Amino acid sequence: MEKGEPIIRLEHVDAGYPGAVILHDVSFAVARGEIFILLGGSGCGKSTVMKHMTGLNPILAGRLTVAGREWSVQTRAELCRQIGVMYQSGALFGSMTCLENVRLPLDEFSDLSKAARRARALELLRDVELEDAADKMPSEISGGMRKRVAIARAMALDPSVVFLDEPSAGLDPITSAALDDLILRLRAEKGMTFVVVTHELPSVFKIGDRAAMFDRARHGLVALGAPQALRDTSEDPFVRKFFSRGEYHGQ
Amino acid sequence: MRGLVSLFAFLGESACCAVSALVRPREFRFGDAALAFQRAAFDGLPVTIGVGFLLGVILAFQSAAALQTFGVEVYVADLLAIALFRELGPIITAIILAGRTGSAFAAEIGTMKVDEELDALTTMGLPPVRFLVLPRVTAAAFAMPILTVFAEIAGLVGGALVLETMRVPPAAYWQHVTASSDAPMILFGLAKGLGFGLLVGLIGCAAGMQTRATADGVGHAATSAVVGSIVAIAVADGLLAVLCNIWGA
Ligand SMILES: Nc1ncnc2c1ncn2[C@@H]1O[C@H](COP(=O)(O)OP(=O)(O)O)[C@@H](O)[C@H]1O
Ligand SMILES: [Mg+2]
Repeated sequence: MEKGEPIIRLEHVDAGYPGAVILHDVSFAVARGEIFILLGGSGCGKSTVMKHMTGLNPILAGRLTVAGREWSVQTRAELCRQIGVMYQSGALFGSMTCLENVRLPLDEFSDLSKAARRARALELLRDVELEDAADKMPSEISGGMRKRVAIARAMALDPSVVFLDEPSAGLDPITSAALDDLILRLRAEKGMTFVVVTHELPSVFKIGDRAAMFDRARHGLVALGAPQALRDTSEDPFVRKFFSRGEYHGQ
Repeated sequence: MRGLVSLFAFLGESACCAVSALVRPREFRFGDAALAFQRAAFDGLPVTIGVGFLLGVILAFQSAAALQTFGVEVYVADLLAIALFRELGPIITAIILAGRTGSAFAAEIGTMKVDEELDALTTMGLPPVRFLVLPRVTAAAFAMPILTVFAEIAGLVGGALVLETMRVPPAAYWQHVTASSDAPMILFGLAKGLGFGLLVGLIGCAAGMQTRATADGVGHAATSAVVGSIVAIAVADGLLAVLCNIWGA
């Protein structure tokens, strides 16, 4: 696959659940190596779009490809290896330690020896600066730490795309800024593509290369482009309002 | 209607995963199954034995009252043996399993669903059915025969104690028990228990997988696991009784 080819492409996609279209006719593409932001008010369908992109739910119409392939029974196993997902709650497995959580994908899918898997999992935890939480249970660490462990787990098999659903929701500004730095560092070191759902305008401007903005009232994609460009040049009243209100709170 | 479709999809997926795990045993999560088995079987023993014992005591008292009129209290032993081995042993054990283990399966899996852990498994390429359902259902199925045996023995012991107070010697009691029970009957009861265990496990896990992300979602899943299991056990047992009648077993 050549470098310029988008890693994810949505063409005229209707997003939603059986019998309920949440977003109509969505088209955009995510380029390799970029940090792509999904923006919009709560309940507008950001997580829904992410669930389509990660193959959890089938799209209602249109075409969606990851690395040039659509999700199907045949492509599922292969596409799953290409993606890593961090859910809003972290979704760590409560019956396993943090290390075991990070090691799980390696245990299941890699041919490494037991010692090598453990070493790799520790290295991943070091990447998110949580080596010392390795033997703790998820219930024993804070929400921000859980999200970082979840990021480590999402990165375990060196995916091409990492999806992060509201990585900074519910975190204090300092932890949230640290998480942004982590995302930027991981992108610089490993060249992965990130698709990030976030409400935090400071972090949108800090990490986002491009953003797609959805409007719940209009059931669709209303803006697409670099965050600064959207803020400075968009004529759309909804987009202007979103950025001005957000900035007011953000500063 | 959609519930029915997804129920069959769930059963189909479970069956596929089971076959796949038989072909490739490496896919089976032995550790998780062992843990679920320990919780279902060993942790469930005291209450199962206790209820089995009380059931034996109550049945013995009730039937002894009738048989006393004819001075043949010792036939309580025959009645208890047949009732426990055939019907009451597996049924009462399965109902306890539904309350303890079926509800726990629903709550565990339901909580994971609400926390998006099921989604996380799916996007890692690890089907939740293989990962969560198969070990639990296997554990429930294999726990049942063991628990059933203990419930049955406890029930018979309870009956023996009651009859002893009515001056029936234990030797005579146990002689009647062995005379009126045979291996096929006992094994049939245990096989039925295994089937009930499968039902309880599957229904508990299915309820967990369908949990909705609302405040009462997990509680509702646990309730519907218990109610669904008990109804399914009753229906299955009824069907089995009719079939046995037709085949003259
Ligand atoms: N399983 C579901 N079935 C039907 N509708 C859903 C389901 N999950 C979410 N929705 C609806 O989809 C809309 C978008 O939800 P979501 O994508 O979670 O929003 P957000 O942008 O906050 O992530 C909401 O109106 C929600 O009610
Ligand atoms: Mg969301």
